[in-house]
Formats: sequence, structure tokens, C-alpha cells
Amino acid sequence: MKKVLILACSVVFAAAAFGSDTTRVKSSSTGIVKKDEAPITLPQGFKSVVIATDLGRARHLTVAANGDVFVKLEKLKEGKGILRLHDKNGDGKADEITGWGNYIGTGIAIKNGYLYASSDENVYRYKIDEKTGKVDTASVEKIVTGLVSQNQHSSKSIALDNSGNIYVNIGAPSNCCQVQDRVKGSPGQDPCPILEKAGGIWQFKADKANQSYAEGVRYATGLRNVVGLDWNTEVNELYCMQHGRDMLFQFFPELFNQKEGAENPAEEMFRLTKGADCGWPYCYYDNDKQQKLMTPEYGGDRKKADRCADKTKSVAQFPGHLAPNGLLFYTGSQFPAKYKNGAFIAFHGSWNRSPEPQAGFFVVFMPFKNGMPNGKWEVFADGFSQIPKGATEGRAKYRPCGLAQGPDGSLYVSDDTNGTIWKVNYSK
Amino acid sequence: MKRVLFALLVLVIASAFGVQQQKPQPGNLKAAMTRGKTVYEATCLACHQPDGLGVQNMNPPLVKTKWVLGDKKALIKIVLKGLQGGEIEIDGDKFHNPMPPQESTLSDQEIADVLTYIRNSFGNKASLVSMGEVKAVRAKLK
Ligand code: HEC
Repeated sequence: MKKVLILACSVVFAAAAFGSDTTRVKSSSTGIVKKDEAPITLPQGFKSVVIATDLGRARHLTVAANGDVFVKLEKLKEGKGILRLHDKNGDGKADEITGWGNYIGTGIAIKNGYLYASSDENVYRYKIDEKTGKVDTASVEKIVTGLVSQNQHSSKSIALDNSGNIYVNIGAPSNCCQVQDRVKGSPGQDPCPILEKAGGIWQFKADKANQSYAEGVRYATGLRNVVGLDWNTEVNELYCMQHGRDMLFQFFPELFNQKEGAENPAEEMFRLTKGADCGWPYCYYDNDKQQKLMTPEYGGDRKKADRCADKTKSVAQFPGHLAPNGLLFYTGSQFPAKYKNGAFIAFHGSWNRSPEPQAGFFVVFMPFKNGMPNGKWEVFADGFSQIPKGATEGRAKYRPCGLAQGPDGSLYVSDDTNGTIWKVNYSK
Repeated sequence: MKRVLFALLVLVIASAFGVQQQKPQPGNLKAAMTRGKTVYEATCLACHQPDGLGVQNMNPPLVKTKWVLGDKKALIKIVLKGLQGGEIEIDGDKFHNPMPPQESTLSDQEIADVLTYIRNSFGNKASLVSMGEVKAVRAKLK
């Protein structure tokens, strides 16, 4: 009887899964933008247009010189993992959506006539004619291969410098390198073996096929997970946003009350030079003490700094668990002068602040001068989640994930819940 | 004769099963729900969220899933032994976090209570999980 029940259940299950698949194919083949545009709030003078919707798990994106937008998907859409959004009739919206690449992933970037895209294990590149947006999909080369990917923090963001290198984050498949991941009371492994092949940023040649760990350089270590990664062309250095560890309140209620657990540790921005060690898993940045301190799993008591004193310091800190997924240094001239060379950061929004209200789900601007933050960060684009302020339950309608700059200096934001793409413009 | 005996056996087993499933214990349910809620809030809520709906691509929902409502032994095993991450698939979505094993942190009673709680919260309705059932699965997995 039980067997029959289980069988019946799985048949219904399979049928349901199949059902939703077919509808998806039907509804999306045309790629026409729906009328109900998703409103977001912006500072005065800025306006947004939704250029595409329903792309699915739209992660990072990049814009070619002709204005075509390329989006990397974390879930295949009609068998495609990379989408090209083209505006054929010039009305400012994508009306021709095509795709290729049968792998899921996050990273995408254009540099020197090539479009780079990552799966969770590899980095590929394709020849692109930026004047027309045409990609030669047959020219595919596997640049990097065999990177650690074990479910947790498996997405690979990419950034390219002006000296022929590509940087790839390899997230640690762990919260805090405990012997038993995410089990209360399990101690931290010391040294943490994960750091050999993950928990950092690796540097590879941008034009060499089939590189893996042996050919790459561990450029920075001690980074739990990075999704927002960008090369700053003003000072020629790499910057990243780290996702801090989870569960401080759940595992150490004697050190962190519920509110402190929601606010800690900081989500940190690092300016990276070769050899940087940002401290994970041994250290975390305490937002209340404004200091890098020892992680409790390694004997920390919210007072001891010990071996954390000489770790690479972050250049900016943000409230806990906001999940910075996109980082972009703005080099355009369309926006007012204060935005030039400053950082936009897309925060995906939290989950580990619960039972406190969730937070994030916005795009932040942080002014910069000479490669260093210059003033307080401010919320630039908001209204994505549509969760009432202070509510402790509810699903975010949209979650900002990727950022890109268009050739005319406009800013693009992707959402990976529905696959919505906004284009933000400024005019006096 | 053999056939009759067999049929009888089936009947006995079936009724035993039935009794165990339907035993109306409103008092027990209420107490178990109260205790289970406490365990849920301390141990599960961070990931599966106050509404049991989980987090997109990170932690699965506990609402009317085949694991929550299905075979109790399999459900107990998930909580005792945990999952690697990426093992569960719901509507084509997988979940990146691991499900941490609770065998060293929760007692048989606490696991029974929290499972009774999730099987009767978030719109779910299913039979209680008893301490004995958890104990039996734990012993078998040793
Ligand atoms: C660290 C986050 C985390 C915690 C804490 C956690 N879970 Fe899970 N749980 C998960 C993830 C992630 C999966 C799916 C794992 C996979 O697919 O491999 C899961 C799967 C499950 C499943 C099966 C799938 C489903 O959605 O029906 C059940 C049941 C479940 N968890 C119950 C619990 C209970 C009860 C607790 C508390 C005792 C708990 N979990 C604590 C993350 C967590």
C-alpha cells in the first residue's frame, strides 16, 4: 500500500513538474515585454525602464558597444544558459531574445573582442563583434576548468584587468569551515583545508585554454564567498564584496542576541592586491565592535583579535546578511559627477536575519576618491522586494543580482527571481 | 488455508498501522506542537523561515512536500543525518545549502516534536511522530 502511495505521489509529482515546464516554453518563446512594469524608486533625475522580463534566474549581465545586453542564467531557459537581448525597433526594450550555451552559471563579461561566461566549474569565451552584438558561438574555448563546485557558494563571478588576466572567485563550500558544516557546537578546522582550492580569488590568463589550479595563481584568500567582483580601472585594482558567515545568533546566543546576530558579521568590501588574506574562516568583522575579531568556532569571544590583527582590512562594511551580489565601478559620464568612479553594489537581500525582518534587496551607491570610499553609502535603487517594511515573513518579488554599464553610461540591473532587467538613465 | 492466514496477517498489520496512524490524541498533539515550535524556532527557522517557505535556491520549503508529508522513517533520517545540499529537487529547483545533521544536537523527543510540528504547520496536516519512531530509526542507522 505504502509503495503504491509513493508511486502515485511521484507520478503526480513528475506530472506537475512536466506541466510547469511546458507552460514555461510556451509563454516565453516570443520574449515580448509585459505591460506591468516593475516600479523601483530612484534618486531625483533618474528614471528606469524595464527592458525585459521573465528571463528566469538572471544573474550577471554585460552590455556590448552596440547596446545588446548579455545575461547569464542560473537555470536554463529553453535549454539556453546565455541570453542576448537585442532592441530591434529602437524603442528602448529588448524585442529579440536569443540564446546559446547549455550550462548554468553566474559570471559574464566582455573584453577585447571576447565574451566570457562561467559555469559553476569552468570559464568559457566566445568571439564577439561588439559593433553588431554578433557572437560566434562555434568559437567557444574553455579557458578555465575543474574549479571546486559543491552546491554551497558554487557560483563563479569573473572580472578582467587590462593586462590580459581574468579573476575568478571560488567560494568556500562551507559556512565557517567547521568539522561538521552548520552543526551547532562543531569546532572550526585549523588550518582550514578548504582554503587550498576555494575561499578566494584565483587569477588566470584570459587567452589560454584549459587552465586549472596548477596554471592559476591564488590571488587572494580568506574570502568565504564572493559574488560581486569588479576591476577598478581608475586605480587598476581588484575589488570584491564578501558574503559574511551565517548563524552567529543560532550557534552562539551567549555572545550574540537575536538583533546582533542579524547585524553581524559585516558584509565587507575589499580592495585586493596579490597575496591578500581577508581572514575567513578564522576572523569576522564585528559591526558593533567595528573590528576584525576571532570567529567563535576558533575560540573568539567578541573581544579577542589575536591572529586577525594583521589580516587584510576591508575598505567598507555593511550590515549583516544583505548578500552583495553585484559590484560595479561607474566610469560613465551620463550620471552626475559624484557618481564617477564610485561603486554601485546590488544587494540580493537576506535570509539569515530571521526572525528579525529581512533586509537588503536594493542597489547601493558608495562615493569613491582615488580608489577609496569617500563618504557614506546611500540606497540608490529600492522597492525591489515589495515586502512591507518591518514584516518578518514574505517573499521578495524581485532580487537585485547583477549590474552593468551601457555604452551611453546608463546602468543595468538584473533580478534573478523573475528575470527582470532594468535600465536606469539620468537626465536633468 | 495458507491464503486465509496470509490475508489475516495482512489485515492485522494493516489495522495496527491504521490504529497507530489515527490514534486521536488531541492533548498529545497540542503539547507536542508547543514543544516542537520551540525546537523549530531554535534549530530550523533560520533556514526554513518563519513561514516554512524556505529561501529561493538556498533552503527548500516545508510546505506540502513529499518529504514532510511522506514516509516518516525517511523524514526522521533527513533530520538525523542531514543532506549534502543539491539532493532535493522541487519543480526543477535545487538548494545550495546543506541540511545539517541533528543526531548530535537533538534528542529523540525533540526530533519527534519538531517533526510533528512541521507536519501540522504551514498548511500541512499529517500524523504525529512519536519518540519511539525516532528511537527506532536512530538505532537502525547506527
Ligand atoms: C542550515 C540550514 C538548514 C537548517 C538549520 C535546517 N535545514 Fe532542513 N534543509 C535544508 C536544506 C538546504 C535542505 C535540502 C538539502 C538538499 O537538497 O540536499 C533541507 C531539507 C529538509 C527537508 C526535506 C526537504 C523538504 O523541503 O521537505 C526537511 C523535511 C527538512 N529539511 C526539515 C528540517 C528541520 C525539521 C530542521 C530543524 C530540526 C531543519 N530542516 C534545519 C537546510 C536547513
